[in-house]
Amino acid sequence: MKILVCISHVPDTTSKINFTENDSKFDSNGVQFVINPYDEFALTRAMWFKEKQGASVTVVNVGSSATEPTLRKALAIGADDAIRVNAEPLDGFFVAKQLAEVAKNGSYDLVLAGKESIDYNGGMVPGMMSAILDCNFVTACVGLEIEGSSATITREIDGGKETLSADLPLVIGGQKGLVEEKDLRIPNMRGIMMARKKPLNIVEPVDFEPTTTTVSFEKPEAKGACTMIDAGNLDELISLLHNEAKVI
Amino acid sequence: MSVLVYAESSEGKYKKVAFEATSYGKQVADQLGVDLHVLTIGGENPSELGAYGASNIISVNNVTNNSDAKVVANVIKETANNKGATVIIIDSSANGLSITPLVAVNLNAGLATNVVAVPSSTTPFVVKRKAFSNKAFNSTQISSDVKVIGLAKNSFGILENKVEASVESFDATIISSGITSTSLDKSTGTVTIADAETVVSGGRGLKGPENWGMIEELATVLGAATACSKPVSDLGWRPHNEHVGQTGKPVSSNLYIAIGISGAIQHLAGINASKVKVVINTDPEAPFFKAADYGIVGDAFEVVPSLIEKLKAFKAQNA
Ligand SMILES: Cc1cc2nc3c(=O)[nH]c(=O)nc-3n(C[C@H](O)[C@H](O)[C@H](O)COP(=O)(O)OP(=O)(O)OC[C@H]3O[C@@H](n4cnc5c(N)ncnc54)[C@H](O)[C@@H]3O)c2cc1C
Repeated sequence: MKILVCISHVPDTTSKINFTENDSKFDSNGVQFVINPYDEFALTRAMWFKEKQGASVTVVNVGSSATEPTLRKALAIGADDAIRVNAEPLDGFFVAKQLAEVAKNGSYDLVLAGKESIDYNGGMVPGMMSAILDCNFVTACVGLEIEGSSATITREIDGGKETLSADLPLVIGGQKGLVEEKDLRIPNMRGIMMARKKPLNIVEPVDFEPTTTTVSFEKPEAKGACTMIDAGNLDELISLLHNEAKVI
Repeated sequence: MSVLVYAESSEGKYKKVAFEATSYGKQVADQLGVDLHVLTIGGENPSELGAYGASNIISVNNVTNNSDAKVVANVIKETANNKGATVIIIDSSANGLSITPLVAVNLNAGLATNVVAVPSSTTPFVVKRKAFSNKAFNSTQISSDVKVIGLAKNSFGILENKVEASVESFDATIISSGITSTSLDKSTGTVTIADAETVVSGGRGLKGPENWGMIEELATVLGAATACSKPVSDLGWRPHNEHVGQTGKPVSSNLYIAIGISGAIQHLAGINASKVKVVINTDPEAPFFKAADYGIVGDAFEVVPSLIEKLKAFKAQNA
């Protein structure tokens, strides 16, 4: 089985978010970048398939050379090889188009991605990829088993879970549950050494005109001060929630 | 030209998100000066949508496999083409989220998801959306002829706007599907985090799973859903589907009550879209107080039981 794992390079969850150039661009100054947490669950599940069922695992990212350390980290965790599509990720459709091209050229059986990235939270890329490739798609996936060419998938739905069966090729948008938090791997020294020698192939993007552009960014309005209420005066809290906030 | 809203139903019933998407679609259609069409699949009582401005409703009843996003996306595409829709609006229900990207590709449309407001301008077409897990907003211009909008939950709100609704039944083209649903596990009777008006959330400050009785009771009194911080679900005190935050479920409820939660940046990112936040914490320096609207410095084991009693009395009086 050939697995492609899509890796998004995103600001660490502790990052303070700032903008430059008149609030039109994200300010990456001083920001630490990591593998998108949702993608890490997908990658770890892919490693499980590799170790237990003999799959090969390729990781892919659409980005500039600045994203290579993130791809190397994925290699250190255990992926076999990496592909970087040499382009700025202009919008979700553009990225999906590039990834679909990689998926098609490599004839992968299974494409694993996170259900969304924590930077733009668009949740667009895996679904768009599946539509471009015209293959099966399940997102918000919390469980995945593969046997031969068929998959058993558990996904979260509003108010519960649903189990589905689907044939490969398949695109998955994953999250925690695909593997547990404790199963996530921190690259060890050997992994890091080996990652240096693993292939990281750079491919050029296919032409695709993005259909959306960011005009500007803004931060949420500064919050007013918190109204403190004495622990012995819960009637006041109830009255404020009822009369002022009007939420009870 | 027209605006098309897909109003999701679950077991024939509409949820709040369907009414919110319809209300939003009505505003966008008025802003553009075009007709609004609302598509519903398997809804028992489509004319209900008329209360939110849906005058033209297309009711499809021949979809049997709505677990496959591809099948539903194709029905939306067919309807959009039939009605000459240039703006397609889809809600953020679990199914909505999986269908939206497929619809955009099918219609070769520019897509903006997590949209929180009506377009700030229609030429060019610019919408505001959430980004960086609620740490910022981003105004996005969509330049394609056909545009798809994924509407964020509980951000635009519901606008009553009663109109005479005409319902047209339509047999959609059903494409073949490679996905079959084999089982469904839905909790009945409890409010889900996604739909809840109020969420009561507990953190590591509650010391252990045995102390969740009071959290559940408080939730029951308020008709709320229960949630928890990440370590609480990692420790197995509560199920994973209660984990909220940047890497868990997003919360955009009207009221969020955080008990024994410190307010780490990743936690706040996921719950910041909630309108009113109440914090109960023993530590006056807990970062959560900076993000909250109402704060109580106190021991949860004393405050919560007393709050439950007082709320019961309040509810009895205001019933
Ligand atoms: C990549 C990454 C992603 C993450 N994603 C998330 C996420 O999605 N969601 C999330 O929640 N966290 C997330 N975290 C974890 C986050 O950083 C915090 O560790 C976590 O939110 C802390 O949980 P807590 O507030 O329950 O526990 P603690 O930080 O231990 O806080 C417990 C609080 O309880 C208070 N307390 C103690 N006793 C009492 C009492 N008797 N009564 C009242 N208060 C009391 C304490 O004063 C303290 O403030 C993430 C971390 C990382 C690195």
